[in-house]
Amino acid sequence: MSPATTALAHAEPLQHPHSLQHLSSLQPLAAGHPGFLSPTGVEIIFLLVGLVTLGAAVVTVVTRQLVHAALWLVVALGGVAVEYLLLTAEFIAWVQVLIYVGSVVVLILFGLMLTRAPIGRSPDADSGNRWVALVVSLAAAGTLVTVVVDAFRATWIDLEQPVGPGEGSSEVTGMALFRHWVLPFEALSVLLLAALVGAIVLSRRQQAARAGTGGSGAPGKAGGN
Amino acid sequence: MHLAYPATLAVLLFCVGLYGVLARRNAILVLMAVELMLNAVNLNLVTFDVWLRDTLHAGQALTLFTIAIAAAEIGIGLAIVLLVYRNRGSSDVDRLRDLKERDDAQAGAQAGAEAGVRGAGSRDGKSLAPATDNDADGGSDQARQGSSDAGRRPA
Repeated sequence: MSPATTALAHAEPLQHPHSLQHLSSLQPLAAGHPGFLSPTGVEIIFLLVGLVTLGAAVVTVVTRQLVHAALWLVVALGGVAVEYLLLTAEFIAWVQVLIYVGSVVVLILFGLMLTRAPIGRSPDADSGNRWVALVVSLAAAGTLVTVVVDAFRATWIDLEQPVGPGEGSSEVTGMALFRHWVLPFEALSVLLLAALVGAIVLSRRQQAARAGTGGSGAPGKAGGN
Repeated sequence: MHLAYPATLAVLLFCVGLYGVLARRNAILVLMAVELMLNAVNLNLVTFDVWLRDTLHAGQALTLFTIAIAAAEIGIGLAIVLLVYRNRGSSDVDRLRDLKERDDAQAGAQAGAEAGVRGAGSRDGKSLAPATDNDADGGSDQARQGSSDAGRRPA
């Protein structure tokens, strides 16, 4: 980017009341970006990490060893966290590491163990409609990549931050979250509570109900057993 | 950074997850593919938030909400999968065909055979279950309850 356009981008105030005005003001910046053949360092790192992420994701969905699939999922999710860091969304990156890599994958591994997943290769990991799925996903990938590349070919993300906390730092994210998004945040806490209670209700066994019936009649089928 | 790079990566991740959801047979592998699709959406949200420099930070706030909802979803989903495994002895999604339409006579015969199989106590085998009716399920519950409680402790 030429120094003139950078100065233009930094000269205008970043606190617009409407993002559409800002979008229109970003349009002249799109002409001044370097081409695809002269990538910046951030772009090279992004491409390499993206290749690793994509490869790990592909191995996750095609491997026949179930535990290996969960471990490759860790690589894919960690790669996405690195991409967040490269996009200057630091807080999201650490939340991704904490929640996805830390808890979701552990939950999945526990689920694999509790359903007695075989350790070695399991020949029936894929269902019979694998080729249909391959055709569908390849068609979707071709269509979407064509559309996205054609739409955003000339769009440039300005990752340079002005002085002060970055756009994705925890300070800015916290201010936005607790200033503009308080009500969805609270609703989300209620949803998490409901999910917690629901998971407990689903996974506990109804020993008390069985003891109450004394084995004489059919047990209640509503809540499972 | 070009916007095309993260957008294309998100598209490809989504399509990989789509393939996983459609092609996998184990329910937990399907859940893992769903996580990949959710991550693609999150990557898109963060990318466009950084591009537009939204003053409300809608993209990053919605990404946090999506991550929390994904955590809730994986918890509930795994609880349901464990429940299905405990009841059916298998977590393969294409063996759960209870809602498939069949002829009544065929269904009755199959259900009777399955109740017999279950009553014999072979709960851990893979012979259980492609299809059970409600009556058959009740019968097998009684039989299982009558036999012993040790048989139904796989989890």
